[in-house]
Amino acid sequence: MATVDYPLEKSRRQREFSLSEALYSWVATVDHKRLGLMYMTSAIIFFLIAGVMAMVIRAQLIVPENHVVGPQTFNRLFTMHGTTMVFLVGMPIIAGMSNYLIPLMIGARDMAFPRLNAFGYWIFLFGGILLYFSYLGANGLFGAGSAPDVGWFAYAPLTERAFSRGTSTDYWILGILVSGIGSIVSAINVIATTLSMRCKGMKLSRMPLFVWVMVVDAWMVILALPPLTAGQVMLLFDRYLGANFFNTQAGGSAVLWQHFFWIFGHPEVYILIFPAFATVSEVVPVFSRKPIFGRQAMVGAVVAIGFISFGVWAHHMFAVGMAPISNIFFATASFLVAVPTGVKIFNWLATIWGGKIRFATPMLFCVAFIFQFLIAGLTGVMLAVTPFDWQLTDSYFVVAHFHYTLTGSFLFGVFAAIYYWFPKATGKMLSETIGKWHFWLLVIGFHLTFDPQHILGILGMPRRVYTYAPGRGWEPWNMISSIGAAIQAIAIICFAWNVIRALIKGERAGDDPWDAWTLEWTTTSPPPEYNYETDPEVRSSRPLWDLKHPEDPDWKYE
Amino acid sequence: MTRRLAVLTVVCAELVFAGTAGDHPIENIFRPLSTPAHEISDVSFLAVIICAVIFSVVAGLLTYAIIRYRRRPGDSDAEPPQVYGSNQIEAAWTVIPLLIVFVLIMVSARVIASVQNAKPPANALHATVVGHQWWWEFRYPSLGIVTANELHVPLSDTAHPQPTFLKLESVDVAHSFWVPRLNGKTDVIPNRANDMWIDPHEAGDFIGNCAEYCGTQHANMLIHVIVQPKPDFERWVAEQQLPAVEDPSVAADKQAFLSVSCVNCHTVKGTSASGVFGPDLTHLMSRKYLASGVLSNTPENLRAWIKDPQAIKPGCLMPAMHLTDNELDSVVAYLRTLK
Repeated sequence: MATVDYPLEKSRRQREFSLSEALYSWVATVDHKRLGLMYMTSAIIFFLIAGVMAMVIRAQLIVPENHVVGPQTFNRLFTMHGTTMVFLVGMPIIAGMSNYLIPLMIGARDMAFPRLNAFGYWIFLFGGILLYFSYLGANGLFGAGSAPDVGWFAYAPLTERAFSRGTSTDYWILGILVSGIGSIVSAINVIATTLSMRCKGMKLSRMPLFVWVMVVDAWMVILALPPLTAGQVMLLFDRYLGANFFNTQAGGSAVLWQHFFWIFGHPEVYILIFPAFATVSEVVPVFSRKPIFGRQAMVGAVVAIGFISFGVWAHHMFAVGMAPISNIFFATASFLVAVPTGVKIFNWLATIWGGKIRFATPMLFCVAFIFQFLIAGLTGVMLAVTPFDWQLTDSYFVVAHFHYTLTGSFLFGVFAAIYYWFPKATGKMLSETIGKWHFWLLVIGFHLTFDPQHILGILGMPRRVYTYAPGRGWEPWNMISSIGAAIQAIAIICFAWNVIRALIKGERAGDDPWDAWTLEWTTTSPPPEYNYETDPEVRSSRPLWDLKHPEDPDWKYE
Repeated sequence: MTRRLAVLTVVCAELVFAGTAGDHPIENIFRPLSTPAHEISDVSFLAVIICAVIFSVVAGLLTYAIIRYRRRPGDSDAEPPQVYGSNQIEAAWTVIPLLIVFVLIMVSARVIASVQNAKPPANALHATVVGHQWWWEFRYPSLGIVTANELHVPLSDTAHPQPTFLKLESVDVAHSFWVPRLNGKTDVIPNRANDMWIDPHEAGDFIGNCAEYCGTQHANMLIHVIVQPKPDFERWVAEQQLPAVEDPSVAADKQAFLSVSCVNCHTVKGTSASGVFGPDLTHLMSRKYLASGVLSNTPENLRAWIKDPQAIKPGCLMPAMHLTDNELDSVVAYLRTLK
């Protein structure tokens, strides 16, 4: 299927000749693909900003008693790094991937609510900019450098006016609250789209695993964000209307905030990892040349993780002095989540088993994902052992653990997704050579950065410290960790170079460069505005396999 | 794999070099010196072993699979056999993890109950830990002692077991009390009383940190737990119970101290200095460190600290009072007598 010039396409291209018209067409667009790309681009820009913050953090900690930045700057840096990575990188990547891929994968022309979709993007972006405006505006326009410094978890009562003067905490509250509207809107849209706009023959049981995972993810977003928003509104009431929900000096409860935050915060980490699950469940089969092993079990596991994730939040609070029975309950729930998570890992492994693996860059990222997610899961099991957690919580071990999930797993999954679907979205191939440099530098940098941090936690180094004294056995591990961070930065530069190079002079991708099986690979790369000339019809969960193997189609077995 | 080996290597190395710790002993949660830390360390070690075994098996299979099933040059283009799944296998790898999880729940529950439900024996020492931005206040209500940043507790060996039970409170924001070799951490939360206990089996100075982010100087909120054999501890108690030393040779310096604003925040028992915002200075010279573990307690450090605390601990709540050099000399001279 070579690129076809459709009359409509041609006229559109002619119209977009002027720059202002081209820009206008992006600003005014309601096309799910353009919005998806805008979400992804914004997320990558925020990712680069928060990545630079991480570099400064590691530069400060490379040696004891260092003076790269002062305590307040450092505290702002880790607050903004965490907040940005979770709310302005993770969440828009979920929205971006769902937006771009779900209509294509289910054979729809667009999302169910295109205008709402555009609204969601712009409100997210506004929230992000509002948060960053705090650097300029939180002391009034004359006082620069006053970003929030309360941590991304914003524990009460540090956020109350007695301890957080000025308005930087308000920027944190409002920036997140506003960008959260975007996440909710996008989640509603994903659910409506998948429920009502699947093409002919696309029963729920035939829906690609990617779409399944993202739908469960959307449900989790809708259920998890409101407690955070409620908590934030209560905090605003405390700060401006004289309420005392979390104001301990007037009888409020500091622990109440922690419950509000973590009943959002724990599902949130599964929300963030799900796009990686979704991607790996598509990429591993294609590059192993086998269907996903145990499709129904994979869907069941994702749904189970979704459910259990709402009952584990207080494992972030084992040290707040809960009764033994509560600790045992939340430990049990946290252990249980390991079971469906294990099922997913075993099924990916079984998919690879007996395959014919092509180690193109997307597959490399997926294999590293499985290894690193396995370790992340196992350190998670260790943290669920409540007594172990009493030692490890709020230590560098936890920093290592969740960077294994968010960098080693989520980010690797997202890079797999970018390398896999970039050809579809742009019509250009990313370079395999630079891709491999990117991959190996990132793997080496990642492990150098975060493996030693497990040891730092065991040696008693707490999180969120801007400095530490020499002689406590922490120096070599911090040194290695900071060097690793620099290597990761080089890897990200390779990635940026790869993307820019591909956009300028990338090899043409064609419709189906990976010999894949889901519907999006039947249309052109990039797909036309209307996605498909005719409404597709599917008879199994691998429609392109059926097409390519008429002698042995999947629908015979499903 | 390498990471796990590294952890085990470190643990082993720490065990080997356990005796060589210097002034700042290297902390390690796997080198416990107190019953709760011991129980935690044992169950943690079990968890690490179980996870290491699972990792070895799964990572081994994965490594085997990606080597064995990679596409080799010259392979035919034919697709491999299409396998869709197996309910038996799915059931197996659901049930086996469930069994492992069951074991972990049981051992965790046992340690949770044993650490959290421990009741203080009649001879237990009771102390109150009060978290402040960014220092620790330690009170011994039954002994009438108030001190800061260095918690003295009696040695609790098998011959003379005497655990210390701590009540944890905060006057401002949430903190967390963590001395890795003595116990896991317990949060120190305003408007809520938590408790924890330790029974150190070895004398020495054990270092810990505030482990809950509590604002600008969270990093410099160190804890020293000084474990002393019973006679030494009793001597320390007796000294702390005395009023402030009255040294006639520094009478003028004392007057100078009482006339500057230090007294608004600090207490020196038996004088008009009765502020409660900062640490009690009645026996300042009995402490090894200043500024919550940031400086060792020498005359030069004391002078530098009083002159400009913000240069040493930026953002801390003690302001530079802009004392003249004479005033500084007097204040330091007087404080140096507060043994």
